[in-house]
Amino acid sequence: MTFQTIPSSKSNIIRGFRSSKLGQTGIIILILLVGISIYTVTSVPLTSFRQWNSPSYWVDYPASAAPAWTNLGFFGPTAAVHTILTSESGEVSKQTDRGIYIVSRSFSTNFEYNSYPTDFMIPYSIRYGSIPPVLEINVTRPDGYNFRIYYSALPSNDGVTVSSQLQSVSSRIFSTDQDISKNLRQYTSLFKYFPDNTRPQVMLFSDTQKKEILKGPYTFEVTFYFYDDQDSADEIRVILGGTVYGFLGTDAFRRDLAIGILWGTPVALFIGLTVAVATSFIAMIYGITAGYKGGRVDEVMMRINDFFISLPVLILLILISVRYGLNIFLIVLLLILFGWAGGARLTRSLSLQIKTFQYVEASKMMGESDMKIIFRHVVPQLLPLTFATIAYSVPGAILAEAGLSLLGLSDLAIPTWGRILNEANAASATTLGLWWWIIPPGIMIGLTGLSFALIGYTLEHIYNPRRAR
Amino acid sequence: MAGFYRLLVRRSINLLIVLFLVLVLTVALLGETMDKILTDNIRQQVIGSLIESKIKFPNAEARQAYMDQQIELQIRNLGLDEPWYSPKRFLNTILKVLMLDLGRSYFFTNDNGSPEVKDIIAERVPLTLLLFTSATVITFIFGLYLGPYLAERYGKTIDKANVFVSMFSSSLPTFWVGMIMIYLFAFIVPIFPARSTPQSSPSDPLYIIDLLYHMALPLITLVILSIAVQSYFVRLFVVNILDEDFIRAKRAIGVPRKKILYSHALRNAAPPLLNSIIIGLAASFGGALLVETVFDWPGIGSLFYQAITVFDVPIIIGLVYVSTMIYIAAVFLTDLAYSAFDPRVKAIS
Repeated sequence: MTFQTIPSSKSNIIRGFRSSKLGQTGIIILILLVGISIYTVTSVPLTSFRQWNSPSYWVDYPASAAPAWTNLGFFGPTAAVHTILTSESGEVSKQTDRGIYIVSRSFSTNFEYNSYPTDFMIPYSIRYGSIPPVLEINVTRPDGYNFRIYYSALPSNDGVTVSSQLQSVSSRIFSTDQDISKNLRQYTSLFKYFPDNTRPQVMLFSDTQKKEILKGPYTFEVTFYFYDDQDSADEIRVILGGTVYGFLGTDAFRRDLAIGILWGTPVALFIGLTVAVATSFIAMIYGITAGYKGGRVDEVMMRINDFFISLPVLILLILISVRYGLNIFLIVLLLILFGWAGGARLTRSLSLQIKTFQYVEASKMMGESDMKIIFRHVVPQLLPLTFATIAYSVPGAILAEAGLSLLGLSDLAIPTWGRILNEANAASATTLGLWWWIIPPGIMIGLTGLSFALIGYTLEHIYNPRRAR
Repeated sequence: MAGFYRLLVRRSINLLIVLFLVLVLTVALLGETMDKILTDNIRQQVIGSLIESKIKFPNAEARQAYMDQQIELQIRNLGLDEPWYSPKRFLNTILKVLMLDLGRSYFFTNDNGSPEVKDIIAERVPLTLLLFTSATVITFIFGLYLGPYLAERYGKTIDKANVFVSMFSSSLPTFWVGMIMIYLFAFIVPIFPARSTPQSSPSDPLYIIDLLYHMALPLITLVILSIAVQSYFVRLFVVNILDEDFIRAKRAIGVPRKKILYSHALRNAAPPLLNSIIIGLAASFGGALLVETVFDWPGIGSLFYQAITVFDVPIIIGLVYVSTMIYIAAVFLTDLAYSAFDPRVKAIS
């Protein structure tokens, strides 16, 4: 391979990218990925990252729900979207009435779907002492009717005798609750036909005239009657069950896949870039040293290099992770340890050529030290190519992590694209047709790799046109 | 030719060192666990034989003492009283791994019901080799035809598209494409089986057909993913050769275009091409192992996955050894071909 001195100026790079559509595509994708990472780190709550593996965190979400946009048919949305109404969206009112402390929250939603909700539930966490509060749930329908679907005292706290001794209680009222269907029976006379009060989600959302869905605004009003001013309601939510949810749907473990894909982006960029930068610089230094020193040193260093090149990396990674388990930093470290050898061979052959350049020989004759020559003359020549190598090495690192994840050997604390695919594979998402669980992670891995490959290709095309054309 | 042989010897020594160090690492990492499993086996064996032999003991202590003594005896017989890192045992274990003498698997058997690690792995190696080599060969053939075709259209739209596709496909996880293929051709249009484990037994006369039918989807996955990459590499080297003076000279004297492209250019592009294959081989072998996992192709890749899931250490050790062997053999063979093609290697002598 021939190698000429090329002025490694910035304008050269800019000109190169201007004239290359492939390079521009790579840059655009990269900007997009960095944007997603910044958005995720700043705007998505960190708890969703930490609690990725805890089923209780995701209990309000539907299992295996398709993305919400899939139901946008010609006649409007067909399937009910899973709706989670949280305290933030609910209105709060507090009042005192003859020694009873009333905390009330109302949640409004516009129900415009062509199928009934699959169910509904009202999770709450409250604090109370010896006297249990009374919970009342009212639903105001678009047609103006108001159904009181729940009105009962909550169970008393066991072992609490003093009213000031508060205890936290987190529980939820399900639509299958017998009280609800019992309460709904009193409204059957409003209907022109006989409604099915054992399926409250159907009766509550049905028209009174015809047996069909009543569309429009619904308001759930959840009221607690406390008998002590120290009692309080911390959180109340209303969840309408649906078969579709969010931008990317949910997996079989009820996790919001959009959150997993978002968090996977900074993680993948971290793995890819750290490994790529480290391996490329090690390769550069190693290759230069071998090529510049020459002779016996070169011989020994290249034998070591041959050895590292022939290592079966995946098998070694499997071996080490089976014994020790992996965290993300160990994966990165191992990928660096096993990944630098290929680049070193290339740098060596190039530095052999640079060594023969006249100005290098001249500075040698003027008595400059080897270190100085290497860093002043050889490294600047190889730096552009090292940047290309960095870009080229990113996809490999991300793919290696994904491969380990598929075998179940990844960092279990972190949501990565590879892990999402591993779980999809283990839950046979392919044969169940859960395409939204499979397609996005792979596309993201592919796009990330593609972006860096395109940038690397363009950089190499600028500096070494014979190798990238 | 002396240079060729010297290179060959040097490369084989290098690969033997790789193999040896992988073995040392295996024993160092899993030796302790292996010992624990062996000791457990002995304990169960002793208890089992004691129940069968119906020896009467005056009391529970005497029974326990006898048992302990028996276990102790067996452990000493097998040399398990020395730690796994004592030189004698270390060497011994490595030799055992080399002979695949790894005892029994905890969870797996082969088709004939043998739980011996050796039998289980021996049954699966040919299937991995079948899938991996056929995928490599088919891709290579495609690359050899498409590469010069694209080289002739260097800079045209189809060529640029191929650059893009090859970059995208080499950034995609092979196993993911496998999952998509299963979704498309086993779920949406069910023409291929979702699990690639053949239903019929190997003694069945139609077994080969069944096997090939089940192999189709993983094979297609591996091939379509690497065709673009392979063609890109062939085209890259051919384009570079086409710049050379001797090609221009051949053109000038009127050698047919096709012949220049497919014969002269291709032959001269062989050394760098093989070099790129060596580097790509590692990735594609790893990818093939992972594809097996997704398709449940009964090779060593899916066995790896299953063994890791249930932590079957004897199987894991055996598989590390065997897959390293396959990998090294593949690297060696490509090396061999590379040296045979590269005129510079011959010139050393």
